[in-house]
Amino acid sequence: MKTVRIIPRLDIKGPNLVKGIHLEGLRVLGKPADFAKHYYENGADELMFMDVVASLYERNSLHDIISETAKKKFIPITVGGGLRTISDIKEVLRVGADKVCLNTAVIKNPELIKTASRKFGSSTIVVSIEAIKEENGKYLAYTDNGREYTGIDVFEWAQKVNELGAGEIVITSVDKEGSGQGFDIDLVSKISSLVSIPVIAHGGAGTKQHVVDLMKENTADAVMLSSLFHYQFIKENESKASSKEGNVEFLKQKRNFHTFEPCSILDLKTSLIENKIECRI
Amino acid sequence: MIENEKKVVIIDYQLGNLFSVQQACDTVGMNAFISSNKEDILAADALILPGVGAFIEAMNNLKNLDLINPIKNKAKSGIPLLGICLGLQLLFTESEEFGSANGLDLIPGKIKKFSGKMDGRKIKVPHIAWNQVYRCNQSWEETPLKNLNEYEFMYFVHSYYVKPDNVDCILTNTNYSGIEFCSAVMQNNIIATQFHPEKSTEKGLSIYKNWSIINNLI
Repeated sequence: MKTVRIIPRLDIKGPNLVKGIHLEGLRVLGKPADFAKHYYENGADELMFMDVVASLYERNSLHDIISETAKKKFIPITVGGGLRTISDIKEVLRVGADKVCLNTAVIKNPELIKTASRKFGSSTIVVSIEAIKEENGKYLAYTDNGREYTGIDVFEWAQKVNELGAGEIVITSVDKEGSGQGFDIDLVSKISSLVSIPVIAHGGAGTKQHVVDLMKENTADAVMLSSLFHYQFIKENESKASSKEGNVEFLKQKRNFHTFEPCSILDLKTSLIENKIECRI
Repeated sequence: MIENEKKVVIIDYQLGNLFSVQQACDTVGMNAFISSNKEDILAADALILPGVGAFIEAMNNLKNLDLINPIKNKAKSGIPLLGICLGLQLLFTESEEFGSANGLDLIPGKIKKFSGKMDGRKIKVPHIAWNQVYRCNQSWEETPLKNLNEYEFMYFVHSYYVKPDNVDCILTNTNYSGIEFCSAVMQNNIIATQFHPEKSTEKGLSIYKNWSIINNLI
């Protein structure tokens, strides 16, 4: 059988779980450990931790969060953000990550994909591609959460990433990310048709139907979700939301909720199975 | 370490992540330690052979560490051996892709690569997914899999799979997009899984737990 994976994505800034729109305008949601525990206990197929400010400082600061998580959560853990060298990768694997997610470092030095996949195994190396659609319809790759222009064509890059030995690709639509408007299905489908490795879709889900619509196309092998699950968790666990940062008040205003219909992992998986899309339940 | 405690060695041949294997052992109460030292392996009461990465590099590393014969001799002496993922594949005779790349040859059979196509459909390789394991010829009753339901989901990450010469050693099969492959084997004191029990929630941990109980390791 072919199953799809549902991967909650936790964007981390310092000690906090954050979420933004178009990877900008970050807002503190709560403690990463609370969310990670909840997702592990409620059917997450993997967990993704992304240090969203690491690129600015050229370092990943998630070591404590990772080692704490990896001790008690027996599902695969991927870590990204600010990983530049073989020794950076080695260090996060040593504290318990199973895979690393690379973007900026491999745009600057594509050979790192080859070196790292030989050293740690292809399946350990996940390459993240952040795509922005230009006015002429071309998709270009960006780095640093969509801030840095590279001029690289997304589709050519995806094929090169595949050839160099990456185990998986995360394709993020920066235009859709955090918008709740649905996935850029054309983007995901085209990437998936060009590569032989699994593709993880990220960016745009506002409802579980958006995920069903994406998966019906039979192109993505996994989906990475944050807002949909984070808002559901906060709805159910208001006390765990970060009140210090005025977050509960923000969420109560529902300014950000209107584009989202939060759901649990189980809700989503049930919908997928009703639509004949297989997943672990 | 307590005097009479059983020595479980997780073999480190410089490939892959051993952290989660160690965590799984700790969680079920097994006192396992990571080592690439020949003397530790020769003194072990049980061995765990994990691994992620390339077959040929793994065999080269085992050779350079002078671990091939110690592992083979210990396995043949009858001590419990648990292989995981690449650690399953290394137990077999040879890998198809490299032709001359020999494995530990403890279980007769070959390693094959997923073709990437099935009936004209594209199949993504590596197979990275939760997938179901089901019985082949052996019962799971007296094995470390005894607490699993038929068609339990386990976590897989691999591009190659094993094809044992003797189907009697097959403990579980799995079907990936129409390709049926052997996902666990058991032969006397050796048990090995293509999936990662240490990445497959409490269901996977039950395999570690049962393995340690059956073999009196805790």
